[in-house]
Amino acid sequence: MYKYIIKRLLLMIPTLLGAAVLVFFLLRLVPGDVCEVRLAGTGLYADPEEVLLCQKNLGLDQPLMVQFWDFIWGYVVFDLGDSMWTGFPVTHEIGLRFELSLQVAIMATFVAIAIAIPLGIISAVKQDTWIDYLVRAFSIAGIAMPSFWLGILIILGLLISTQAVFGDPWMPPIDYVPIWEDPLRNLSQLIWPAVATGYRYSAVATRMTRSALLEVLREDYVRTARAKGLVEKVIINRHALKNSLLPVVTIIAIEFAFLMGGLVVTEQVFNLNGLGRLFVESVGNQDFAMTQQLVMLVVIIFVLTNIIVDIFYAWLDPRIRYS
Amino acid sequence: MKFSLTKLAVSGAVGLCLAVAGTSISKAGSPKSGGVLNFVVGSKIPSYDGHKETTFGMIHPIRPFYSLLIRVNPSNPSSPTDFVCDLCEGDVPKPTENGTKYTFKIRSGVKFHDGTPMTSADIKATYDKIIFPPEGIPSSRKAFFKAVKSVTAPDANTVVFKLKFPTGSFIPALATPFNFVYSKKDLDTHGLKWHQKNINGTGAFSFVQHQKGAFVEGKKFADYHHKGQPYLDGFKAISAPKLAVRVAAIRGDRAAIEFRGFPPKHRDDLVKALGKKITVQESDWNCVLLATPNQEHKPFDDARIRQALTLSVDRWGGSKYLSRIAIVKTVGGVVFPKHPLAANMDELVKLKGYSKDLNASRAEAKKLLADAGVDKMPGGLNVDFNNRAVDQPYKVVGTWLIDQWKKVGINATQRVQPSPQFYATLRKKGDFDVSVDFNCQSVINPIADITKFLGSAGNNYGNYEDAELEAIYEKILRSGSESEQRSLIRKYETRALSEQAHIGVTLWWYKINPHRSYVKGWSIAPSHYLNQSLDNVWLDK
Repeated sequence: MYKYIIKRLLLMIPTLLGAAVLVFFLLRLVPGDVCEVRLAGTGLYADPEEVLLCQKNLGLDQPLMVQFWDFIWGYVVFDLGDSMWTGFPVTHEIGLRFELSLQVAIMATFVAIAIAIPLGIISAVKQDTWIDYLVRAFSIAGIAMPSFWLGILIILGLLISTQAVFGDPWMPPIDYVPIWEDPLRNLSQLIWPAVATGYRYSAVATRMTRSALLEVLREDYVRTARAKGLVEKVIINRHALKNSLLPVVTIIAIEFAFLMGGLVVTEQVFNLNGLGRLFVESVGNQDFAMTQQLVMLVVIIFVLTNIIVDIFYAWLDPRIRYS
Repeated sequence: MKFSLTKLAVSGAVGLCLAVAGTSISKAGSPKSGGVLNFVVGSKIPSYDGHKETTFGMIHPIRPFYSLLIRVNPSNPSSPTDFVCDLCEGDVPKPTENGTKYTFKIRSGVKFHDGTPMTSADIKATYDKIIFPPEGIPSSRKAFFKAVKSVTAPDANTVVFKLKFPTGSFIPALATPFNFVYSKKDLDTHGLKWHQKNINGTGAFSFVQHQKGAFVEGKKFADYHHKGQPYLDGFKAISAPKLAVRVAAIRGDRAAIEFRGFPPKHRDDLVKALGKKITVQESDWNCVLLATPNQEHKPFDDARIRQALTLSVDRWGGSKYLSRIAIVKTVGGVVFPKHPLAANMDELVKLKGYSKDLNASRAEAKKLLADAGVDKMPGGLNVDFNNRAVDQPYKVVGTWLIDQWKKVGINATQRVQPSPQFYATLRKKGDFDVSVDFNCQSVINPIADITKFLGSAGNNYGNYEDAELEAIYEKILRSGSESEQRSLIRKYETRALSEQAHIGVTLWWYKINPHRSYVKGWSIAPSHYLNQSLDNVWLDK
């Protein structure tokens, strides 16, 4: 097993290198210049000398291959460079937002699991009854409804309903406070995006749980268990559910990785200063240094998540052994 | 303060004051001390260095930490010509030596937030950095000060600016809100780039913290040089890039105000939802949206085609209808409307495309197009129209323009691009027929602002040369008489907008600031860069 993990970790290197080549050169194909964006704010005037000076200071006047080498060498010496927009180290900028994005991703995952697993089981057990139809409609609605739209509805709903009830409209806080500083304020801000994204996330997982469980319930060993006279609850919980969770775990893990960098619009709707918003801003500013590192971070999260899922598979199904 | 346009300013100031709706400090009663002002900012902070940056995303959260040598009068910010001393003493000085020397008496007893006393040496060091930056040091507004020959500090309380020639644009340039006064000690000790990442000013508030991408916090500076101010205990500038969030934040009282401005629909929504808890201030805005033909592309090198483009536009109708949905309203020429140097109604309607007789204008446009041979072009005149992917007001006005041009048979295809790509098309590639263009300035400085229409200007993207227009501008620049300046600007305007129609002025922007009614003391200015020191703001809670 250890050999397998080391091999998988080593295989990350060519994957990351390929991603680095792609992101570096694709970004530079897009027209635009961080210096122009920065300096042309007033009256569209940017002194050409200032633009050249800015490009020189950021190293954008260097040949592409030199810039690429600097980018790769940064990983070797553990210096990921500075944001071209703020001038602060990229690690500092990402570190500030990582905590918030991680918390939202964890909370959304909890919301998703809390909804998906029970509903998926009920839907499978009560197959083709009105309960099943209701759960399926609920989950299809979750897939059909973009989480940012649900987020807008939540905010409007809160504003309108609180004004109707209390006289003054209330909305969640728009500035982040870490959970250990003010847990109530932190949760009153983050619970809403967690629900908005968790619901969509749960919809996919609910359907996957239902179909996987239905498949397992038709297996011979389940029939044998029933023939032995085991109660249905034990059959579901002890024998069927664990075996049906393999595809569900994959879905949950991939969604979790996506949430770490992919809550681009939802973060905007709830004014969350997370990695998704940083992504949008750095692309909009043509901040290559930041965008490159964010893409690489997401790639690393995806690769690591896949490794963890594979290891988890072995725990769920003892027949799976990696060599 | 009285600078060269003072006399003419009086009438303009009165007019502008009338444009301001809502409350001002004089109506609001006695200021109360205490409280923290939360406000939302729709743009980002690139660095803290005012001398380098150009965005309101930096001005709104960082300006309260700094002072200026002179500033727009915070009690009368709607006036384009009312400047008062901030770090200088008394009135803003009149020039001597034929308008080429300005001597400022510097306020004594002023301290930086780190306790260092402020002297004239700090003012000199600041302006040396802005006007004569050493190689490698960015300064975005050094071009504003081309007329300045030297800055000297003969004693601890005096600063002297010597000009190469007299110019009415010097004092407005000094009042530009980006000209933060830095400590010479900081510049000498830490270098000229230190202020990009560090803050030490003499402003009403001292720096507490900046959580990158989230908020900036400031607290009251007890030794602030305007005694009795600031009234607030502090402020929190919360970053909120999405307009819907900023509107909801004010509605839900997570923020009391947003200083840039909202579209009319959001104003109406807030007023409907909150009634008297919302106060709305409105003003003409020193931003104008332009349509610039690329004269390197045929047939836009033909003045008749450019004239047809401007003649087809119904500015008066557009003002009426677009102002209901977009942040544009006022019909004007090259100078900020209602400024003493701006065209009045009689003068405006003489310009091509400004006549109240729209049918006649469009008939003339069709005739000009026919004379230019458009009828013989296969498929007629097709325009590749470059626009910016920002709703307010770019996409709204761009879509309206296409409809206007269609009325005279001009077909336009709109190419909407995000800001970096839009800039690249406009400034580098130049592969457009007509582009949306804009001119947004802070302090109203007509003599500087109208350079946008010169083919030689760094921010002109029409790709043309017009020696006659340049010659008129040279006369304006060196004219000492206000009436002469006004008359020359009319010639300049007629040449730029009518005879050559180099650039089409669409509509001037209109600033709408709905805010919580408990915010007092802040008065709207004709620019979102102005009146952001927050020293006179208080909360009536």
